[in-house]
Amino acid sequence: MTVQRSAVVFAWILLLPAVLYVAVIVAYPLVDTIILSFTDASLKKVTNWVGWANYRKIFSPTFAEVITRTFVWTFFSVLFKMIIGVFGATMLNAAVPGRALFRVLTMPPWIVPMAIGIFMWGWMYNGQFGMISGVLQNMGAVDGPVAFLAYGSTAFWATIITDVWIGVPMVTLYMLAAMQAIPQDLYEAAWTDGAGRFYRFRRITLPLILPALITMSMLSLIATFNSFDIIWILTRGGPNGDTTTMIIDTYKTAIGSKKYGEGAARAVLICIFLSLFCLAYFRITSRLTSGDRK
Amino acid sequence: MKTSQMIARYKWYEIVGIYAGIAIFLAFVLAPFIEGFLVSLKPLGLLFSSPYRFWPENGSFRAYVTMWQSVPGFGWYIFNSFFISSVVTVIVLVLVVPAAYAFARFDFRGSGPLLGAFLAVNMFSGAVLLIPLFRLMRSFGVLNTYFAMIVPGVAFLIPSAIWLLRTYMMRIPRELDEAAFVDGASYFYTLRRVILPIAMPGITVVAITTFIGAYAQQFIFALTFNSKTEYMPLPVGLFAYFGRQEVVWNELMAASFVGITPAMILIFLMQRYLVAGLTAGAVKQ
Repeated sequence: MTVQRSAVVFAWILLLPAVLYVAVIVAYPLVDTIILSFTDASLKKVTNWVGWANYRKIFSPTFAEVITRTFVWTFFSVLFKMIIGVFGATMLNAAVPGRALFRVLTMPPWIVPMAIGIFMWGWMYNGQFGMISGVLQNMGAVDGPVAFLAYGSTAFWATIITDVWIGVPMVTLYMLAAMQAIPQDLYEAAWTDGAGRFYRFRRITLPLILPALITMSMLSLIATFNSFDIIWILTRGGPNGDTTTMIIDTYKTAIGSKKYGEGAARAVLICIFLSLFCLAYFRITSRLTSGDRK
Repeated sequence: MKTSQMIARYKWYEIVGIYAGIAIFLAFVLAPFIEGFLVSLKPLGLLFSSPYRFWPENGSFRAYVTMWQSVPGFGWYIFNSFFISSVVTVIVLVLVVPAAYAFARFDFRGSGPLLGAFLAVNMFSGAVLLIPLFRLMRSFGVLNTYFAMIVPGVAFLIPSAIWLLRTYMMRIPRELDEAAFVDGASYFYTLRRVILPIAMPGITVVAITTFIGAYAQQFIFALTFNSKTEYMPLPVGLFAYFGRQEVVWNELMAASFVGITPAMILIFLMQRYLVAGLTAGAVKQ
């Protein structure tokens, strides 16, 4: 059946407002970023074309460090989100009284204003008075107060943990939905054959949630790579730049030092990485859906 | 049915294990809220004394009273947060309802790639596009107004909203539209009188998730595109206090709790819709 012309026209009329909006607010800035990255745009009135100069400036040892740090930070954050998320989903999937309530209690970190959750972590990491340092001292695990955000190595992990905390609810609920979509008769058949609970988990649950797990890891990878609020509020990229990821570095260059051109070049690099992740995501998900669908 | 009941029967040690697992999991998720709440009850003197004490001895709700004086704009911050989120939600719905209908019902050429292009927006955070967005807002002349926070906020909430509502609308039987066409109804009439009423529950879910998204993510645009205290949403308003040398922690926590209460109430009232809405993509991919 051929689609009527009037139907196509009507569909485009319906789409036009949303398409225009996204074109102006997302697509145009994307193009503008690329153009800006070849200029020395700043607060000055005159803007000159500088060719690849901004990109050449990027490739310095310090920036290589920033890239490595970003990847390590992102990797561990996503890894922990997945481990804790699958653990939480498995627990919440058990048919025990109260699980509806437990599921609701999982959501707050995701739903409350992100910045406010981060303020609370900021207090918990406080060296002299915060909960974590306090509890560790009371247990005798550490001698004196530990100011987690004051040292590079602890600040690095502290920001990861906060990022994990914000991401876990979404991963948990997504994985829980995937677990509940598994046909119950598979478990019944295995149970009849005498398979134990752990065996059923390993041989039925895990393989069947794997596609959802991979999808979620990729989505989470993209979101984590973009993470800004957590590091900015907790450490502003410090101490000594030890928590400066690519996004933070771009923000510092562009908004902090007002070097728009240089900042844009760094943003373009982030976009390239994100596009690669996105491409991988589409590749993987299309293989997952085409491969073993009935 | 009987087998499933027997599978679900746990031995006592399994139940203990499951509850222990849930307890550990929820302890991680809720710890900051519990600690934050207890801090809001503690007087400053106790807060800054060592050794660390978990329970607030002679705790009180004093900070919830005094914060209104020490954070003068507090009432405004909450109002601004609500106002910005509400306007964002309305604009998103106006843009997304027709678009989702077009994607759900009309298989025109290029609809697949176009939907993909919308979803690709999700991969950029506002932080990546901050520089051109700043220039764009400046040339619109909306820096330091509500619009500087509303306009970019809308764009990044459109993709998920389209996806969610399209999924919902695809489940509405096509026969309904066709019956209306046979009776001579126009496309627009069909959308308004046939589809919209049926899609109302789906639109409600999208409205709630959009509102929560807008409420939760107010930070970077508000931080960068607005410097006027009277327009600041709650997170940025409180951030100014967070950055100070002498943070009045109990008041900051009290203010945070008042600020997140609306979101919490929404969660408990709407949780059924929320879980359904947020996980819609997972089951039916």
